[in-house]
Amino acid sequence: MVQSRAHPFMPNSAAAGKAALLDELGLAGTEPLFAQIPAAHRLSALPDLPPALTSEVELARHLNALLDRNRPAGGGLSFLGGGIWQHHVPAVVDEIVGRAEFLTPVWGTPSSDFGRNQVWWEFTSQLGALLGMELVGLPVYSWGAAAGHAFRMAARLTGRTRIILPAAISPERLAVITGYAYSADPAMRLELVLAPCDPTGRLDLAAVAALADANTAAIYYENPAYLGGLETGAAELAAIAARVGAETIAGVDPISLGVIAPPGELGVDIAVGTIQTLGVHCHAGGGLGGFIATRDEARYAAEYPTLLNSLTTTVDGELAFGLMLFHQSSYGSRELGKDWTGNSTYLWAVAAATYMAMLGPAGFAEIGHLILARTRFAAQTLAGVNGVQVAESRGMFRELLLDFSASGRSVTAVNRALLDRHGIFGGIEITPEKALFAFTECHTEADIVRLADALREVLS
Amino acid sequence: MTLRRYHAARWDEPLIHQIGAPGRRGQHFPLADSTGLVPAGLQRTSPPDLPELSEPEVLNHYLRLSQETMGMIGVSLFGTCTMKYNPRVGEQAARRLAGVHPAQPAETMQGLLAAVHGLDLMLRSLSGMDRFTFQAAGGADAAWTQAVITRAFHAARGQGQQRTKIITSLQSHPCNPATAATAGFEVITLPLGENGYPSLDMLKAALGPDTAALMINNPDDMGVYNPEIMEWVRLVKDAGALAFYDHANFNGVMTKIRARDLGFDACMFMLHKTFGVSKGGGGPAVGAYGCTAELAPFMPGPLVVEDGGAYRLETPPQQAAKVREYLGNLQQVFKAYAWTRAMGAEGLAEASDQSVLLNNYMEKRLLTLRGVTRSHPEQTSPRLEMTRYSLGTLLEDTGISAVDVQNRMADFGIDAFWLSHEPWIVPQPFTPEAGEMWSREDIDYWIDVLAHVIDEAYRDPERVRSAPHNQVVAKLSDRDINDPANWATTWAAWQRKLGQGKKG
Repeated sequence: MVQSRAHPFMPNSAAAGKAALLDELGLAGTEPLFAQIPAAHRLSALPDLPPALTSEVELARHLNALLDRNRPAGGGLSFLGGGIWQHHVPAVVDEIVGRAEFLTPVWGTPSSDFGRNQVWWEFTSQLGALLGMELVGLPVYSWGAAAGHAFRMAARLTGRTRIILPAAISPERLAVITGYAYSADPAMRLELVLAPCDPTGRLDLAAVAALADANTAAIYYENPAYLGGLETGAAELAAIAARVGAETIAGVDPISLGVIAPPGELGVDIAVGTIQTLGVHCHAGGGLGGFIATRDEARYAAEYPTLLNSLTTTVDGELAFGLMLFHQSSYGSRELGKDWTGNSTYLWAVAAATYMAMLGPAGFAEIGHLILARTRFAAQTLAGVNGVQVAESRGMFRELLLDFSASGRSVTAVNRALLDRHGIFGGIEITPEKALFAFTECHTEADIVRLADALREVLS
Repeated sequence: MTLRRYHAARWDEPLIHQIGAPGRRGQHFPLADSTGLVPAGLQRTSPPDLPELSEPEVLNHYLRLSQETMGMIGVSLFGTCTMKYNPRVGEQAARRLAGVHPAQPAETMQGLLAAVHGLDLMLRSLSGMDRFTFQAAGGADAAWTQAVITRAFHAARGQGQQRTKIITSLQSHPCNPATAATAGFEVITLPLGENGYPSLDMLKAALGPDTAALMINNPDDMGVYNPEIMEWVRLVKDAGALAFYDHANFNGVMTKIRARDLGFDACMFMLHKTFGVSKGGGGPAVGAYGCTAELAPFMPGPLVVEDGGAYRLETPPQQAAKVREYLGNLQQVFKAYAWTRAMGAEGLAEASDQSVLLNNYMEKRLLTLRGVTRSHPEQTSPRLEMTRYSLGTLLEDTGISAVDVQNRMADFGIDAFWLSHEPWIVPQPFTPEAGEMWSREDIDYWIDVLAHVIDEAYRDPERVRSAPHNQVVAKLSDRDINDPANWATTWAAWQRKLGQGKKG
């Protein structure tokens, strides 16, 4: 009788209920309902899958046995960053993103989705306040996707195809951008020009000025740079772009913007970046999310590929939320729309809205000061380790490039030893001798001293 | 029939910028001195205009907003999205992945990689494909993956310049033509024939040496299956092009057909739709993209490889570009693995049967309602897991539109039905998808509410036109938010444009 049990996820799989439904249709079985599919298309036997674990007690045991074989970096001491970081997620954020009303549905009416739409609007409002920009779209997949879309926006705005960007960029991000820049149509291809950077990732301004020409659609920089340096040339880069009639695009991490000047005050036309740092766990890479923001001008608004959630009113005069410029999305205009959109990372907009409200202006200032101070402490502490060279200790936010070449050890060997002998996850390999280590509010000074001591032992 | 005396929670909750008070704090961080650490000219000189709130205020604000969201607590049959139960056991277990960094060494995430590989194997069985990647962060991103692989595949064969066109149909999801166009292809959209799908002659006329790929769904969003699909794929491949199966509507045909058996080179499953993963209001999502060994070298990597019980990552040799950083939304892949293990092959077959049975049960009742018709009446075979209906007659009779009906149904705890992707094939379309998660009582209630609203439309159309009445707020005004003077995506823009919304 075991086989005839109704499946827990399917209320109508109980035999009597199913039979009653079939009766309503005058059928003995479901097979006639598939009459549209020619017999030659049909599988003759069930596909080969592992046996079902319909009992939750068995399934949970299986899943947890798998999970026991993981060793999450976040559960120990980790300095992994480079595009997705371990920042503290307030417990309230986890509670809100776990609410079934936000977690499980997809779309309702403007009235029945009202609460969710308000959260989304508070996401764009608060992010806009951090960025100093008044037009913010709903999230995209990631920072890389945001940059790719922004480059295409700039190309449409200027009718040009050259994009100047830092050579010191996350390879993961660049690999995504490359897909957006390339085109099957040679006339539509964006030319990605990688400009040289210093060891902290800051752009070589003279090189950028020489590369910027009348076909330059955009100059893109990151602040902080991939290798941790705050971009001291931000104002000059915007000036260079303005001189050649190009757009200035900046990639920023909003978690820095309590202490760092916002793109809106640095002459940036289009800001992009991550929302993962705003209250989203790493989730093995599934915590990524990106944003696109600009000045609130029709010329920019007309190029957004994202959905745009605007404040509006109801017929009774209440505040409400609706999608603006929907017609220019791919949903509205198919291949004539601006790039494409679809399911994105909207749950992370809920996380980020909650996170920004939790921090407020004072929280963002404190976390910014703390990350700067931790990074500085790490630079000073690690510079004291024989065989480790640190590029710079001031003007660095969260990441440091550690050079092990003087020690004769490779990053692979160092990271291997850190993990095996000290239980520490080292940094991302940039070259065989250099690795990017991330320092956040999750690290104490004692954690950093522990890393230094471990490196001393490993490099001795 | 007795309809529920539903009323949405209505908190009149202010905007976040309108609450709190100066000096309140929701989070403390250890205090630190960063004097002199920010280069000149890069310091923030005025604090961001963020609200100042204590921790309980933030919690309560967002809890109230969650209550002002119907979510899946009402009955949602949002067609094309396959509303599905998200097993909480998977949600709960996946929380243990929160601290995993994607750049961790593979040996420190063997359990996760085992699940990713396990799902890959199960999807191979369900599709006949040779390999899956989970990098695409949604169905549209999987279509983008296909477009990117199409470019790379033809370029590698020296035909990149020649193969400039991608063919799709009027009933394909907009992401197919949109991603094809973004990738630089010219899009050819085939119109539908009288049976609800384009004719073979239309396809033949479009095919040529310049064809790069076909991107097609089947069954389409009207529940119509193209019985000539194998001939389609044969013609496409004879022309030297690739055939991509957008399996958005897999729910009705799970275990019944396999993309590879029909001849396709690649296919896509949406884990956040068909495979039980929570939708999050629109992601994080996963478009699982599977293809043949011939296309596998072009897949975005890294992919998970099994070696004697251990798992490692490997980047395909001819990867053209990535579609997403790292390996994708792996916590969602893990949930899909959990769901698929809970179902097994018999469970998937049953879910497919259920979704088609329930749709046909719904259809029988819905077509008895005044003012409801179905697309392509000449196509008499039972629809699969969805049916495209029209309220055109209702509009003509009463002036009540599908959107009016949608708004009024929300007054009874029924969330929006899907209308139709662009373009509309029938006037005033609506597309419920029953799926397998709702009980017969839920489905009957949904139909009872629609019957009530239609009856009301004939009796008292103003009551429907002015709906909703029991919702959080009334329906949207006709305020033109496509006008730059009116739109506002941020508090700052709203304040500047309208000088409104100050606290108190």
